[in-house]
Amino acid sequence: MEKVLSKDENKALAPKIAEQSGVKLHECYQCGKCTAGCPMAHAMDIMPRQIVRYMQLGMLEEVLECKSIWLCAACGTCYDRCPHRVDLTALIEALRHEAKHHKICAVREVDIFTETFLGNIKVFGKSQEVILAGVYNTLSGNLLQNMNNVPHMLRHEMVKPEIHGVKDKEGVRRLMKAALEEDDK
Amino acid sequence: MARIGVFICHCGTNIAGVVDVDEVVKAAGKFPGVAYATEYKYLCSEPGQQTIKAAIEEHNLDRIVIGSCSPRMHEVTFRKMLMSTKINPYMLEVANIREQCSWVHTDKEKATEKAIDLTRMAVAKVCKSKPLFPDSIGVTKRALVIGGGIAGIQAALDIADAGYAVDIVEKEASIGGHMVMLDKTFPTLDCSACISTPKMVEAGAHPNVTLRAYCEVESVKGYVGNFEVDIRQKAKYVDHDTCTGCGACEVKCPIKVSSAFNQGMCDRTVMYKPFPQAVPSKPVIDALNCRKISGDGKCGVCAAVCPLKAVNFEDKGEIITEKYGAIIVATGYELIKWQDIYPEYGGGRFEDVITGIQFERLVNASGPTEGHIRRPSDGAEPKDIAIIKCVGSRDINKGKAYCSRACCMYSAKHAHQILEKIPDGSVHIFYMDVRTPGKGYEEFYDRTREDGANYIRGRVSKIFKEGNKLICKGEDTLLGKPVSVEADMVILETAMVPATDISKLTGILSIGSDTDGWVQEAHPKLRPVETQTAGIFLAGTCQGPKDIPDTVAQGSAAAVKVCSLFSKVQMETSPIISAVDREKCSGCEMCIPCCPYKAITVIEIDMHEHGKKVKMNVSDVNSGLCQGCGACAGACRSGAIDLKGYTNDQILMEVDALCL
Amino acid sequence: MMKYSYFPGCSLDATAVTYKRSISFVAEKIGMELNEIPDWNCCGATCAHSRGKWLALALPARNLALAEREGLGLDIAVPCASCYSRMKHTVHAARKDEADRKKIEEIIEMPYLAKSDVLSFLEIFALPEVMKACKEKMERSLASLNVACYYGCLTARPREITGGISTENPMEMDDIIALTGAKPIEWDFKTECCGASHQVDAPEAALPLIERIFRNAKANGATAIVTACPLCNLNLDMREEEINKKSGTAFDIPVYQFTQLLAVCMGATANEAGLHKHFYPAYDRINDTLRRAGA
Repeated sequence: MEKVLSKDENKALAPKIAEQSGVKLHECYQCGKCTAGCPMAHAMDIMPRQIVRYMQLGMLEEVLECKSIWLCAACGTCYDRCPHRVDLTALIEALRHEAKHHKICAVREVDIFTETFLGNIKVFGKSQEVILAGVYNTLSGNLLQNMNNVPHMLRHEMVKPEIHGVKDKEGVRRLMKAALEEDDK
Repeated sequence: MARIGVFICHCGTNIAGVVDVDEVVKAAGKFPGVAYATEYKYLCSEPGQQTIKAAIEEHNLDRIVIGSCSPRMHEVTFRKMLMSTKINPYMLEVANIREQCSWVHTDKEKATEKAIDLTRMAVAKVCKSKPLFPDSIGVTKRALVIGGGIAGIQAALDIADAGYAVDIVEKEASIGGHMVMLDKTFPTLDCSACISTPKMVEAGAHPNVTLRAYCEVESVKGYVGNFEVDIRQKAKYVDHDTCTGCGACEVKCPIKVSSAFNQGMCDRTVMYKPFPQAVPSKPVIDALNCRKISGDGKCGVCAAVCPLKAVNFEDKGEIITEKYGAIIVATGYELIKWQDIYPEYGGGRFEDVITGIQFERLVNASGPTEGHIRRPSDGAEPKDIAIIKCVGSRDINKGKAYCSRACCMYSAKHAHQILEKIPDGSVHIFYMDVRTPGKGYEEFYDRTREDGANYIRGRVSKIFKEGNKLICKGEDTLLGKPVSVEADMVILETAMVPATDISKLTGILSIGSDTDGWVQEAHPKLRPVETQTAGIFLAGTCQGPKDIPDTVAQGSAAAVKVCSLFSKVQMETSPIISAVDREKCSGCEMCIPCCPYKAITVIEIDMHEHGKKVKMNVSDVNSGLCQGCGACAGACRSGAIDLKGYTNDQILMEVDALCL
Repeated sequence: MMKYSYFPGCSLDATAVTYKRSISFVAEKIGMELNEIPDWNCCGATCAHSRGKWLALALPARNLALAEREGLGLDIAVPCASCYSRMKHTVHAARKDEADRKKIEEIIEMPYLAKSDVLSFLEIFALPEVMKACKEKMERSLASLNVACYYGCLTARPREITGGISTENPMEMDDIIALTGAKPIEWDFKTECCGASHQVDAPEAALPLIERIFRNAKANGATAIVTACPLCNLNLDMREEEINKKSGTAFDIPVYQFTQLLAVCMGATANEAGLHKHFYPAYDRINDTLRRAGA
């Protein structure tokens, strides 16, 4: 179906999300230097530049539902080289928050990894690579992922059976709860 | 009692659409001193002016207020009109009720109120107006052109052809500027040197033109019609009166350094002419790199081989002082130092990433490769060439916000030249927009695509090297896909920036420049080749990026301005200048550093104090230099300085009219 | 005074054993004092800022506040690029906006004044006094080793957070490596992302990033890659063999931490420098190089 641009209802929302990340959408003139330098662009469904383009036209759904915002590696190359200093990295971060708010995440594995990782911190205060890998592999269904490296890691004490957690686990838990409450406001 | 006439203009609906003109007229009629008030649809029109003139006669008016557009627009028009009446042209006040009222407000009631206030202030001010009379000064009919590029050459030739004397000051050893470096010109593809060197020769041979190559302007004193300029002739170490330009010294000079004319792509000798067609066609010594002058003192081969003994190692240069009536600034442009700001393009580490001007030398028959396109690293003919536009332009992050205007066209020309000389080659041009606003320009772009140039819409993010290839990573934004080009050579079309020392020169000349350093024109539309300082004009790329046709047109335009100045025996100066009340002046000199035009000096005068004759230092305003900015009046602690037409009295009347 | 508060980060307790060992060897050699922050927690890495702004600011803030509470008044040394970036973001936010700082204090239930600076190990080792101390301790030379110094993305970007360091062609690590006698090569992927954050959840998409880095290093004559981050290092080291198999390449470039090369030249044994703990064999390259240099 042809898109009638003048009728878009999300027109006001897109600039608002952009503003949260300090981005003024009009500043982007679509040169594509962001896509050109993006190390993950080859795997993305819409190009980094197009994320801004959709936003400029108020087409928010397309952006919240794309894979690209989850595949961004947050390396900051786009922002660093942008001729208008459009902070695309920050914009994508704001879009992730918005998408998460709507319970959308087009790359399931990223969501599983993020939640597993944060769950790990909630429980132990530090990241436990063995548990992280185990839980992630189970939840994502990729049971054997990276398992070939485990013998080497065990042999060289890169992973150990004991757990290194923080002592004040309750403190970290309260911190995360308070922070997430603030984020979900 | 003054008899003031008030005339309110509708300016079609520009003013009347927002301001209730009738209300303003009604209110104005009641202001003290107003003998008559009326309105008209277009006061600037011929019938509008007739209405005013008739009212002056009929109501015996002695001064008028016009409520209309900005005085910048039509004050001069109305002053000219007053010249044919009994009223002095300076017994006029313009209340700006368009730009400063109707155009910027939407609330009709409040806008009308404001228009009434503005008119009231103008009426109050005009009460204190006094007739003013322009001064006249003589004119030195010799022009100075600073910069010997195509803009300066064109301006100088036009002035010279009109019969006036003109000097060209050029900092390099030859005139010619950038144009003579270029190979071909767009869109006609005529040879740049073939059309510019005859002009150089003509300038060198014209009886009215004096070439001052290898010279720089040191200081400028004086004012329109009467400038006094110190010019530093840099040490040439060769007596050009004796030298015949035989070239023996150049051939024998044993020391070689990188050739600036060839953009560092080959060497030149230390005794050198910048290029074979140089005008003047005589060499100078690059002292900094000369073994005899700056080294161990040995060598001196040039002096030994010179049959006329023209070499003089003791040359110290000299200061020449000349009088001029007008000055044209034509100092041109440089290219942005991209190496410092684009590390993602290698930052200069890759020999085969070159600039557009380097390519011009590479493709030029008189260049380092005699016109064969060979890449710098290994001398091989590059097959796949990438061209990247807007390097430093349209990039507020790393370079300049502006578009450099000429690059779209010369990059198309570069593509055309590559495809012509390397038939089995490929050209990819990375662009964001293709801007072709000129006669025959779009057609040239069409032709370049027909030649086979691939236009990729997107800015390159990175150039990196793998093996012999330079990999340019971009996005084809029309496809929405990341793409890369594996190039043998990359040409960066870099931004134009003002000459490095331009701020020094604008300081010397007391003329303005914009935030990027380009010389500021007096008005972007209506006074494009004048500066804010009377008698100083501009031409070419010192004002902003432009191509050759526009540059040449400006050169001629500036020449006409100079000729029109020179056509007068005496020159009228504006009477709106500062005046010092010597009785009040304490000689504190606070006004002197305030004056951007160096118009104020201290003079010693005889005064009578308590019946005794005493010597006093007081400020004195040079009526030729003063541009009427009023800075001195603001700075004067003893209230001794008044700006005529804007006296302290008048300003206070305005303030009172608004506030009391 | 080479004294710092020290935030090792989760990886140093686990996979980054080579980094951990070489850091403690070098620190001891040059008399650098590293005071580990008591009871520190995970910085939140990429996951926290993916989830929310306050979560991303608060997790590092707890560590920074704990360091402040110790009262040593020292700058904080961070060996991991990702931890470094997250902690710098928090310092930046707290300094930029007083309201944000107060909000952070509220969330972490601790005072946090953002007085100390956060420094990467690269920044610390590039300091003149540290360079000088290292230089004095050099016993052996790695001349003939052609090193591609790989900085990764987060040590350099975003520039208003990291400050100073060039985002495209930094030279800090090159200068440090030059102390070992090895030759830092000119190459073009110093700050290109290795995709570490997606090596678990999008490995297919992230693998080419590593391959590109190896390819450019090799094309420019590297015989070793050196990193300053546990994640970059693991990512490159662990995947090299896999890439060679999948893409039919033969990179043969061991990947070291810069502190390993310093340690080796300061006389560390292979064990002390962790040279046997790499996924891609790393011992022989060093051993051969040392032998060739006649050490």
